[in-house]
Amino acid sequence: MTTPATIAASGGQAIDAAPPPDCPLAVRGLTVSYGEKPAIFSVDATFPATAMSAIIGPNGAGKSTLLKASLGVIPRLSGSVTVFGTPIDRARDRIAYVPQRASVDWDFPTTVLDVVQMGLYRKVGLLGRLSGRMRARAQDCLDRVGMADFADRQIGQLSGGQQQRVFLARALAQDADLYLLDEPFAGVDAATERAIIDVLKGLKAGGKAVVAVHHDLSTVRAYFDHVFLINVRRMAEGPVSTAFTPENLNATYGGRLGATHIAEFAQAVS
Amino acid sequence: MSALLDALLLRAGYNAALVAVGAGLLGFAAGAAGTFLFLRKRALVSDAVAHATLPGVGIAFILMVALGGDGRSLIGLLAGSAASAALGLLLIEWIARRTRLAEDAAIGAVLGTFFGLGIVLLTVIQTMSAGRQAGLESFLLGSTAGMLFQDAVVIAVGGTLAVVATWLLRRPMTLVAFDAEYAAAMGFDVRRIDLAMMGLVMAVTVIGLKLVGLILIVAMLIIPPVTARFWTERSGRVIWIAGAIGGVSGYVGAALSASAPAMPTGPIIVLSAAALFVLSLLLAPGRGVAAAILRHRRFQARVHRRQGLLALARQEPIREPYTLRLLAREGLIRPDGVPTEAGRAQAAKVARDERRWDIAREVHQDAGLTGRYDGLTPIDRVFTADEIADFDRRLGPPALVEGTA
Amino acid sequence: MGAEFVQFSLTPILIGTLAAIACALPGNFLILRRQALIGDAISHVVLPGIVVAFLLTGTVAAIPMLLGAAGAAVVAVILIEAVKRLGRIEPGAAMGVVFTTLFAGGVLLLEQTDTSSVHLDVEHALMGNLESLIWFRATGWESLLDPAALAALPPELGRIAIAAALVAVLTVVFWRWLKIATFDEGSAQALGIPAAALGFGLVITAAVAAVAAFDAVGSIIVIAMFICPPAAARLMTNRLERQIWWSVAFAVLSAVLGYVFAGYGPLWFGSTNAVSAAGMIAAVSGVILGLACLYGPHRARVGAGREDAA
Repeated sequence: MTTPATIAASGGQAIDAAPPPDCPLAVRGLTVSYGEKPAIFSVDATFPATAMSAIIGPNGAGKSTLLKASLGVIPRLSGSVTVFGTPIDRARDRIAYVPQRASVDWDFPTTVLDVVQMGLYRKVGLLGRLSGRMRARAQDCLDRVGMADFADRQIGQLSGGQQQRVFLARALAQDADLYLLDEPFAGVDAATERAIIDVLKGLKAGGKAVVAVHHDLSTVRAYFDHVFLINVRRMAEGPVSTAFTPENLNATYGGRLGATHIAEFAQAVS
Repeated sequence: MSALLDALLLRAGYNAALVAVGAGLLGFAAGAAGTFLFLRKRALVSDAVAHATLPGVGIAFILMVALGGDGRSLIGLLAGSAASAALGLLLIEWIARRTRLAEDAAIGAVLGTFFGLGIVLLTVIQTMSAGRQAGLESFLLGSTAGMLFQDAVVIAVGGTLAVVATWLLRRPMTLVAFDAEYAAAMGFDVRRIDLAMMGLVMAVTVIGLKLVGLILIVAMLIIPPVTARFWTERSGRVIWIAGAIGGVSGYVGAALSASAPAMPTGPIIVLSAAALFVLSLLLAPGRGVAAAILRHRRFQARVHRRQGLLALARQEPIREPYTLRLLAREGLIRPDGVPTEAGRAQAAKVARDERRWDIAREVHQDAGLTGRYDGLTPIDRVFTADEIADFDRRLGPPALVEGTA
Repeated sequence: MGAEFVQFSLTPILIGTLAAIACALPGNFLILRRQALIGDAISHVVLPGIVVAFLLTGTVAAIPMLLGAAGAAVVAVILIEAVKRLGRIEPGAAMGVVFTTLFAGGVLLLEQTDTSSVHLDVEHALMGNLESLIWFRATGWESLLDPAALAALPPELGRIAIAAALVAVLTVVFWRWLKIATFDEGSAQALGIPAAALGFGLVITAAVAAVAAFDAVGSIIVIAMFICPPAAARLMTNRLERQIWWSVAFAVLSAVLGYVFAGYGPLWFGSTNAVSAAGMIAAVSGVILGLACLYGPHRARVGAGREDAA
């Protein structure tokens, strides 16, 4: 194909206008702006099922904005979002979201187990009783992230890594099919990072889709199957093996990464 | 109307003239002093300070009567109000610093408690034989009725002093209001400057108590700075514009109130300032609502137009109704969605610019330039004509855009 | 504790207590959401609300007054939100602009209208008149079973009871939503919870509580009860559920002690005249908060505060 479409899609391959019907998360023409400058512009993205996808780009490139606008947490100027082929409001039960740690007040009067149970609030409704089985599940989710002994702690007493594990446990409690994580590895210790990645890989093995905003290029090949490169606009997307290339990283990061670094990241494991 | 003119020209009597001048000065001082509080995002501290004056007024009255005085000496009452307002301020600071409660909760708690205590003291005073005509209720809403000559002098002198103090302290206070950490790094004692800022606000509050009352003095500290913010992006100017707005509201408000019956001074001053606020909110260039709405709609249209043209260039279907309407209105597509001649030309241009950007990003791996590849910034605003000509050479001959069949 | 108590003290204490509870419940969430001063703003705009209601209806009947006050509270909340968003002004300053302006308008209208013949004045709006809400027909505790006497209960009691019950029911029904939307608004939205509408509903509920309480006890109590009991409760526990109970307990304690001190305190000092009960209740709640600040088991900050999110 030599139509202008191929060229205009700048860095990526030509995209199908319509996402596959079972696509966990598909975004079309999404534009968000804070004031007069687009934070992300006309972004198309298609995240695959049963895979771990990373959203990658420099600081201020709109990675978190893409995630939050997809979820409707911040308003969008244009564009549409479908989750498993339906508008997002009909698929809320199938999505679990892990926000950035810094977005909440950790001095809030509540315990670790309470926070995990918040993941069940949609399921139990406003007044439904939290059954013994659900309580057991919340406890079990805490166990899966290695936080079972902390159930009764006040959340303010946790370290950054522990807070992140609690947020992940809350998402697990939702038992969703699509997990959206905003910088899950930011500011956590090495043990937590390993624990989180194990859980996420477990999710993928169970047929779930995981999409994470990620900033550490050196771990992309080890952790993820699919990448989405963004710098205000979509720069490239595809399987790590074909899209996580020096050219695409260069296009995404401009001169911000040294050439040697880029080659290193892109070729680290091949 | 002539009564108003008389009042504005200070011909409505000696007292009225003093009050008008005093209110003008007070308004200026309040606007300027309030600016620092507003820029420090602590505007409502003034609310707590104002309400916290009430118990001081009550205690001062009781003390003066107990000591054999008449209890209504304005100086004495103002000294008492200053003392209790200062205590309130220190308590707010203490609660916010020493406990987990946020400053807004501390403000509300001090405000409610002190005000309640003040009301208790007022009811105590009402039962005292000397208290029946004390008229302390006028401190709630202010009053110029029965204002003595010396009261007007206190307001005029106090207003002048407050303006002078604001002028003297303007540099350190601007620094702290704008960037407290930087001020601390420069060796300024932020806490003391903060306290000075609050002290100034307290002084203005105390002077204004008699004239506009403790509830409405808050308005004079908050409304002028907020209004001024619409007209400038520079903190130095906010101070003076706020001062001017406060001064004009105070002067005109006092004159208006002197020119007609049943026009209480405090509310008229506040409503004058509020009128200026509403005008600024709606009409100010740049930050005003009308300008913002216009800008946002233009911006949204730009985004949709650009996205639509990109879609045409890539021969993708356009799904968003607004984009379709916009392109059709501009004659770029036919009602059935097929691009017109003009639409194809525009799309070709957009496609060409996109390809220029691709080349530009390969050539210039400088994040500063390519970071402006946000879909909306025209390429000729980032690169020179020579550079663009160079991109075009590397591109080869322009590609044609076909209509979507 | 005989007939005189039932006749003169029982209903004011009950009304004060219910008013305190109705305000303290939403106050817990307002404090955690850093919106404590919304209560302050609402209580100031009640005055213009009742003045406008009086001008429209020409009567001082309770229902139009309540509707006017509630309307003013809603208008104020919308205006604050509009000023905040349209003018890009920080919430504190936006509140300050709106409520002082509306209050000034209320005072001006009051002065321009001849309301001297009716019982409508600023002092009443501020202080309420808790002491006068007596149960005149009561002859003793047995009156609680006497339908005729019960029918003569002050109507304020019924109104504040309904308001308190409404606030309590709403708190229970929306408990989970309130909790998650207050803790983590982004996740609440991702779960499909209408967080914005919920926030607005909370403020409106607070306004309803404020208006009903204001009717009986004036706006001083309203400001103090929104903030002091929940703030003190925050320093007692790290569990939201327990914090709510503490705040209710502190609200009740403030109301009862405040009323007793106001009514009987002066007698202890040899004076014969009672002082403002509303003011005293507010003062007592402040003292309780002060003690909690000094000795509360959880008075110190633990977790990192929220970073200012964009």
